Amino acid sequence: MRALRFERNIPRFAAATIASRLGGSGAKVGPLRLRSIDAPKLPGADWVEILPRLSGICGSDLATINAQSTRYFEPIVSFPFVPGHEIVADLREPVGNIPAGRVVVEPVLGCVTRGIAPVCAACERGDLGNCERIAFGALEAGLQTGFCCSTGGGWSTRMVAHVSQLHPVPESWTDEAAVMVEPTACAVHGALIADVAEGDLVVVLGSGTLGLLTIAALRRFGRPCTILAVAKHPHQRELAAEFGADIVVSPNELTRSVRRASNSLALGDGDIIRLTGGADHVIDCVGSQESIAEALGVVRPKGRITLVGMPGHVSVDLTGLWQREITLSGSYAYGTETLPDGSRRRTFDLAFELVEAADLGRLVSAVYPLSSHEQALAHASASGARGAVRIAFDLRDEKERNRA
Amino acid sequence: MLFASPLTSVMKRNAIVPRPGFVLDVDRSTPPILFHHGEGFRLERLPAGRSRVIYPSEPIEALKNPDAAIRDALINPIGDSEPLTALLKPGMKLTIAFDDISLPLPPMKRPDIRQRVIEAVLDLAAAAGVDDVMLIAALALHRRMTESELRHAVGDRVYDAFAPDGRLINHDAEDPDNLLYIGSTEKGEEVEINKRAADSDLIIYVNINLVSMDGGWKSTATGLASYRSLRHHHNVRTMQHSKSFMDQHKSELHSANWRMGKVLRDSGIKVFQIETTMNNNVFGTEGPMSVLQKREWEWSLKDRVTMAGMKTALDLMPSRTKRSIFQGWQAPHAMTSVQAGEVEAVHKLTTENVYKQHLVQVEGQTDILTMGLPYISPYNVNSILNPILVACLGLGYFFNLYRGKPPVREGGVVIMSHPTPWEFHPVHHPSYIDFFEQVLSVTTDPLRIEAEFEKSFAEDEWYRHLYRTSHAYHGVHPFYMWYWCSHALQHVGEVIIVGGDVRAVRRLGFKPASTLQDALEMASDVVGRDATITHLHNPPILMADVS
Repeated sequence: MRALRFERNIPRFAAATIASRLGGSGAKVGPLRLRSIDAPKLPGADWVEILPRLSGICGSDLATINAQSTRYFEPIVSFPFVPGHEIVADLREPVGNIPAGRVVVEPVLGCVTRGIAPVCAACERGDLGNCERIAFGALEAGLQTGFCCSTGGGWSTRMVAHVSQLHPVPESWTDEAAVMVEPTACAVHGALIADVAEGDLVVVLGSGTLGLLTIAALRRFGRPCTILAVAKHPHQRELAAEFGADIVVSPNELTRSVRRASNSLALGDGDIIRLTGGADHVIDCVGSQESIAEALGVVRPKGRITLVGMPGHVSVDLTGLWQREITLSGSYAYGTETLPDGSRRRTFDLAFELVEAADLGRLVSAVYPLSSHEQALAHASASGARGAVRIAFDLRDEKERNRA
Repeated sequence: MLFASPLTSVMKRNAIVPRPGFVLDVDRSTPPILFHHGEGFRLERLPAGRSRVIYPSEPIEALKNPDAAIRDALINPIGDSEPLTALLKPGMKLTIAFDDISLPLPPMKRPDIRQRVIEAVLDLAAAAGVDDVMLIAALALHRRMTESELRHAVGDRVYDAFAPDGRLINHDAEDPDNLLYIGSTEKGEEVEINKRAADSDLIIYVNINLVSMDGGWKSTATGLASYRSLRHHHNVRTMQHSKSFMDQHKSELHSANWRMGKVLRDSGIKVFQIETTMNNNVFGTEGPMSVLQKREWEWSLKDRVTMAGMKTALDLMPSRTKRSIFQGWQAPHAMTSVQAGEVEAVHKLTTENVYKQHLVQVEGQTDILTMGLPYISPYNVNSILNPILVACLGLGYFFNLYRGKPPVREGGVVIMSHPTPWEFHPVHHPSYIDFFEQVLSVTTDPLRIEAEFEKSFAEDEWYRHLYRTSHAYHGVHPFYMWYWCSHALQHVGEVIIVGGDVRAVRRLGFKPASTLQDALEMASDVVGRDATITHLHNPPILMADVS
């Protein structure tokens, strides 16, 4: 089968690091290679082979390919792996209660997928993203499909998935809508874990895919609140407003906008040195050093910052966090959510609902075959500036996929 | 006759009396016309056969002995008023209020008119044994004046005598302890002014009447008022019903201030009004700036070289340097009249004297109005002419400098020339930044802006703090600047800015053009290909009397 494979190759890893730091892409020189490889074997009884149709390119993929992610992940991924965890695929034979047809993969590899019984406390609660056994059991280490050598990933023509990972796609849906379910689930989790109270001012930093989806999720599932979105590009501004942001501002307008929206005072003689108040919540959908510093600058005392975008090594002044008793928390993946009315629902179920309600399939701006992966990754890296939102690989016409 | 001949004007050069303003019909022999362009200039050729230029009057004669004229006015008041000497009594509480930094434009060379008048008043007060005297800069919602600005306005002697012990202050329109509600007009407009002034036995108001909108009851009813009071006439409806606000007979702004003045008068508040007018000698008759006051076809070789040199040098200078040079300019304009006494009688005469300098007869309207906007407006003295102030200077002040009807027809096009940088003075204009970023990005419709945004800016605690303790314009001030444009925005079909920052111009809701020719081409989409054009050759200030 054909696959884009990420290999442990120190010189190529170093080359990718240098290339990305110079403003280029690690796709050409880095450890990601287009290969013909053997399809992954089924790791157990409840596993099936699926054939990816579309597989999205997310920020964490780009960080990996550009060798910008930290060594934190080394013990919880296994090489070589095929990236791709936003997946809509074909299931050729029915399995369990999943009929044959198109499926969306819920990529977290928790205890059940690993054949571990009894499951860990997190999996028991339904918080799959917090599984404590992600390097144990029947699979090699890997926090998700797309980072584990046992399962393969979406950037290939074939891969394997545990039956518990599969979600049937309604017939009326496009593949583009289906491939948006996984990132939407991330956003739903981020929006709900922030635990926004009614009337709160919520700042959403970044209006890329994750930011836009978080705005949509806050509006659909959260308590009524004021959403102030930060968007760089015109199409992002329009979408942010359409998905429910009350105020949309440019990055350089953030501090002044938050001051006004929160009725805060400020230190500084017309120019703002620091806000004395600020937003109740900041949901950082960027995860950079700059965005975290901005979040700390605009959140109120005892406010909460939720990191939805994946951070890495950052250098920020945490004095304000200490002095203003700010809560800094993370939001990774998904599992089961508690809604404002107290009910508990699977994040993926909520994501399916939101994708349909907000017509999120339109956020897929362009698709590329595997052979054009360099262009695809370049487009994804500059999606905002190029007027795009989500870029995905299109496997539907790959020859190897359609062989018997 | 629609246009005067340049030749006729040339023939009059040796006449003793200053030449009046006139309208030049542009033909093929007309040289490029000067357009002010912020801290720079453009020389533009206007299309021959369909363009005209309105030139201001030359500076009218100044008072030969202004100090004597002031003393004379104080003891020979007009209207129903006793001489000031009779009004000043021992033991009385006297407040002298005076116009703030927004007047005159540009700031005048020392001694400032206010210094001359205040010193004369204080001499009489001292002679009458008046001890309780307070001086108040009547700045309404403008920024507080700095020490050096106050010293320039009132003179060092007055400043040193009164400021150290708190008897020379800036009016504070947000000080609840020093505002007094006086009453309401028959239209329900609340009148609330400075408590010290209201409690005084006499208010002496010292005015500089730069344009016909200034002075009269506006001095006290606006200059010493609170936001609560000002909002009744500083609003879109008033501006849209003031055609123009420079023509007091057709100005709702004027009418509202006069209604408020009646409330003040009926409440027993006594005002002795001292109004002064000044001539158009903005750039002087000597030195490099004097070329700006001459008519282009009369430029000597020296003038042309001077202009070329200035333009080249300014084009090369960083904007900060240019701004510093222009803001440092102090004009030699001089006092042309002084009248004192009862407010309305005084103001009637003042207006006549202002018109003597400013009015220019103009016949009919054209399709397009062009204007070169200079570096200064009432709200950026020692500051930055930010994009909102650019809009206000052009569409608020210049557009409204007419009597009768606007020189551009309804549905016509206004073309303004200014760099319009996306730049703000953070200390002076903090709420302007937010207005530009957070309000104009949503809508440029004055009525919607007023309904949706004004209250939150007006009541914003941070803006209030900066207004009261620093040197910031009040939070609501950028709204007023936008409202000032509302008559023009309602009247014209399109606004184009030549040579402006494209993003800033678009944020204002206007169209950017690189050159005047591009702008005229764009305008033709609205008013047709052979559109007629009027150029306002301002500054120095002129007021078109359009028949």
